Amino acid sequence: SPAMADKFGLGRTALPEEIAAWDGDVSPDGIGLPAGSGDAIDGEVLFADKCAACHGDFAEGIDNWPKLAGGADTLDREDPLKTVGSYWPYLSTAFDYIKRSMPYGDAGTLTDDETYALVAYILYSNDLIEDDFVLSKETFFNVEMPNADGFFVDNRPQTEYAQWSGEPCMENCKDEPVKVTMRAMVLDVTPQDEGEAAAAEEEAAAAQEPESVVA
Amino acid sequence: MSDHDTPNGTSRRAFLRGAAAAGAGALTATTAKAATPDPLITELQPWAQSFGDGVDETPYGLPIRFEDDVVRRNVEWLTADTISSINFTPIHALDGTITPQGCAFERHHSGAIELRKEDYRLMINGLVDTPLVFTYADLERFPRENHVYFCECAANSGMEWAGAQLNGAQFTHGMIHNMEYTGVPLRTLLEEAGLDTAGDLKDKWVFVEGADASSNGRSIPMEKALDDVLVAFKANGEALRKEHGYPVRLVVPGWEGNMWVKWIRRIEVTDQAVESREETSKYTDTMADGTSRKWTWAMDAKSVVTSPSPQSPITHGKGPLVISGLAWSGNGAITRVDVSKDGGMTWETARLSKPGEKMALTRFYLDTEWDGSKMMLQSRAIDESGYIQPTKTQLRDVRGLNSIYHNNAIQTWLVRENGEAENVEVS
Repeated sequence: SPAMADKFGLGRTALPEEIAAWDGDVSPDGIGLPAGSGDAIDGEVLFADKCAACHGDFAEGIDNWPKLAGGADTLDREDPLKTVGSYWPYLSTAFDYIKRSMPYGDAGTLTDDETYALVAYILYSNDLIEDDFVLSKETFFNVEMPNADGFFVDNRPQTEYAQWSGEPCMENCKDEPVKVTMRAMVLDVTPQDEGEAAAAEEEAAAAQEPESVVA
Repeated sequence: MSDHDTPNGTSRRAFLRGAAAAGAGALTATTAKAATPDPLITELQPWAQSFGDGVDETPYGLPIRFEDDVVRRNVEWLTADTISSINFTPIHALDGTITPQGCAFERHHSGAIELRKEDYRLMINGLVDTPLVFTYADLERFPRENHVYFCECAANSGMEWAGAQLNGAQFTHGMIHNMEYTGVPLRTLLEEAGLDTAGDLKDKWVFVEGADASSNGRSIPMEKALDDVLVAFKANGEALRKEHGYPVRLVVPGWEGNMWVKWIRRIEVTDQAVESREETSKYTDTMADGTSRKWTWAMDAKSVVTSPSPQSPITHGKGPLVISGLAWSGNGAITRVDVSKDGGMTWETARLSKPGEKMALTRFYLDTEWDGSKMMLQSRAIDESGYIQPTKTQLRDVRGLNSIYHNNAIQTWLVRENGEAENVEVS
């Protein structure tokens, strides 16, 4: 442990009520999960009321809004569909994120019971639990997340850095004459004038998943 | 050189303004002679005769109206709405390294919130000796430092993974800005709360979150937190802009922009990563086999030619040409940038405007002669670790096409004989 500097005596002690108000994060081991419970039957009603306008009745997503269900076994395909069911490693993240940041535009308004119910409905929509499964702090880890083992820690230093170093080529660096293989202008999806929504842009939006780039 | 397609007959881009065509009859290396006197010189101009604006006209100025194309742009189809979205810095029109705050890119997850200094609170809790609450005024009483760093979105160039898609450096590389920050080292604030309780710091983390609805919570290993992370309240000399986290943001040198938490309200010392939404669902990089990298924090060495580029065509014809661009690395200082005019067959080493600085933008120039023939312009950055910026092919060979983030590949601009440039990929 490094040598500690002298304190400046600035700030004040945080009160327990203040910490409780702001510290809502839930860790993968369940630390931070509140008391409460809910099942997918309750969750379905809540979801229809608070979530379905963007995420669809069955959590399948509407327009470009995130899809929360589906996509099983697509991660190694050309267009992987990453949802809570197909991609998310930990259920804790779903509880934490929904409780804190959803519904979009009305965040922080859900009770703990409502959050458990909504998470249950999303799990049910992903065929991961039965509709009468009661999700709570106690049953939280009875749910198996399909992609729990799908992640590994950044290994660029081992897999990339060594091979992309040394002395770079300066002359005659390619065996064949260089050819253009792809042109952005063919796609023609670059904004031109402010507010102009060209047909090409709409076409591009339909043809791909924008949320897969930044969402 | 050859390419497969002829330009499609679509209408000319507004930003080219037809100027590129003027290059055709331009003069070469001899000094030009004028046939007739220039009226801008021989006739009295109004600005040389009457008044300009008084000093009371503009208490806080904006750029002159002739520069109104040097603005942030967004790409409507990228996101479902403009609230959880991105816009782009006009890097094609800037020079030097410092990004003007007013056109520095924005990325929000629940919009740019308005938070007064009086309403601002910063909490430190978790495995600390004394959990603390600071006001904004408290923060200004700690010893402060100044550092210049780039902030690059992890998704910068992400739309280009599958191929050349957006036609302009602003859109392909503009999720970046570079500012001089004033702030308090995070280490100072952690020490104020006391870390004895935390025990061995090697396996500890800090979880940071913002005051906005999205919260943008991220886990940062303690080693980084105690190293060079800043809790910043000034940028380029003045308060942070609202959209950049006013009044206080986190600055995480060299690391992906998502971790630069804006409107930061809480710092929690933990014994494990929280594995929040922004480090599981997002900001994880899926490989060809379907498994995904997590915690890909550092932004690797990268560069781009900003001019000539699609939004910055050559309009002066043959002769002297300044090829200019930016290079940066999250793993230290840029030591060298090479430029190719023939798609990577041959390279020349460019001139760095000044020595590279750690985790900051570096400006490079290649002062050259253009003979009017087609060019495939590329730039290739090298940082102090010896890492050489890879080609997109090299990256794809390791990662496949679905990793979304961390595309630091070499960019190619095809510059045609008329001076217009476009975004291409080459063999």
